[in-house]
Amino acid sequence: MGRGRGPGRWAARAVVTAYLVLLVAWPLWLVAQHTFADGLDQLRGIVDDPDVAHALRLTVVVAILSVVLNTVFGVGISLLIVRYRFPGRRLLNALLDVPLSVSPIVVGLALVLVYGGRSGWFGPALEDAGLQVVFATPGIVLATTFVALPLVIREVVPVLEEIGTEQEQAAQSLGATAGQTFRRITLPAIKWGVTYGVVLSLARSLGEFGAVKVVSGNVLGETRTATLVVEEKYLNFDQGGAYATAFLLALVAVACIVVVSIIRPKEEPR
Amino acid sequence: MPVVAGGRLTRASGLGLGVAMLWFSLLVLIPLAAVVATAAAGGWSGFWQAVTNEQTAAAIRLTVGTAMLVTVVNVVMGTLIAWVLVRDRFPGQRALEVLIDVPFALPTIVAGLVLLSLYGPDSPLGVDVANTRAAVFLAFLFVTLPFVVRTVQPVLAELDPEVEEAAASLGASRFTTFRRIVLPALAPAIAAGAALSFARGVSEYGSLVLLSGNLPMQTEVTSVRILSSIENDNLGNAAAVATVLLAVSFAVIVALDVIQRRVGRRG
Repeated sequence: MGRGRGPGRWAARAVVTAYLVLLVAWPLWLVAQHTFADGLDQLRGIVDDPDVAHALRLTVVVAILSVVLNTVFGVGISLLIVRYRFPGRRLLNALLDVPLSVSPIVVGLALVLVYGGRSGWFGPALEDAGLQVVFATPGIVLATTFVALPLVIREVVPVLEEIGTEQEQAAQSLGATAGQTFRRITLPAIKWGVTYGVVLSLARSLGEFGAVKVVSGNVLGETRTATLVVEEKYLNFDQGGAYATAFLLALVAVACIVVVSIIRPKEEPR
Repeated sequence: MPVVAGGRLTRASGLGLGVAMLWFSLLVLIPLAAVVATAAAGGWSGFWQAVTNEQTAAAIRLTVGTAMLVTVVNVVMGTLIAWVLVRDRFPGQRALEVLIDVPFALPTIVAGLVLLSLYGPDSPLGVDVANTRAAVFLAFLFVTLPFVVRTVQPVLAELDPEVEEAAASLGASRFTTFRRIVLPALAPAIAAGAALSFARGVSEYGSLVLLSGNLPMQTEVTSVRILSSIENDNLGNAAAVATVLLAVSFAVIVALDVIQRRVGRRG
């Protein structure tokens, strides 16, 4: 069986290739085709539209903020989980995966119930203090950060477990401070894991739709993000604009995956 | 097993843990608790009424049923794809690897639009599934594609082909070798991938918006039901239905933990 020879191998190849082409490659290709049906007009059209430009800027700013938050939190909590023993550690480890399997709509609802300005648990108090969360940018950042939370952790934890603690202990016994040990030993060892997690988080953050739809209020020129533009344009029969915006988002997503697939093999021969 | 220090918390790391837990609670735990608390505030009868409402029950049935069906397809196709990617070498394989991850990184609303271009009213294939239950199936199939493949692939890569060759040289047929040698080794990974794929399917929303038409009693999924309750300002109802989804996610996470522990014990 080993490498699989004969007609079975060809059949498997053909089935897998056909499946992936029909499910992913061909539909993606058609979106690109729709986008460039009139040359560059449609792309130029959406970039020139001030509302779309604002939505794209907002999306990028929110994504960067949430990636930074998730990277700092993710690396920190990964170190704590792998390197320390404390009560509730296993429970915490399991809970950290929760955001991956919660419906984006439920994420939005959960945030509204706590941070909603009218009847949320903390919302009214925060608004009295001058901070509006739901239907404003902070809510979009929270929603985006929520859905992408586990991605950095899932990449960093296995690497930390694999590298062990020998080098860190050696550094510390030679008098390095905790900060020096982290900067000189731990960080270089986990840097590809972190990079991979950051790229995945970025792709996920740029593309969040459901949770943002619930918490943003979708106000034109204020809290409308790029994914909401795609929906709104399509439903308003501006298919060209929808395809062009979708193409931009898809381009970034595919670029992220390609970057990751280039990074990955470098990591393997260890 | 990896070497892990069993260090106890120092003052600095204890402070770090405190800050991290505060952030995690504010972002994830307290909001999710608020969903369950709001659902509970309506009492058992209120909860039951919200969940067994004819339209909601139909949405839950459709979502869970389709997610199960898609998971079965993913178990078969995902394992086959992983097999081809690990054991076969052919030109263009790298491109297939990238295609597997596309559904994971592509924004869900874009995924819906992408599928619509091949399986919508303007389909070059002449296949139009828009606004039907087949569209829900298709959307779930797209967004859950990576899970089984990506959990099975590393396990299959570690599997030593020599064991299979030994089985074959002792006269085992291909099918017997697969059933007795390969499948038992892959089973935990397949189960983990299936659980993730099921959870992702059940919670899907974005890719359906443009594709399924969200027709009540026909193509409306649970997430859409929750959203319309939110938009009608009926947060109690929304929280009740959301609690059902949270229970499903929770069950999946527990199942995953059990599977992983069993594998850990064996290795």
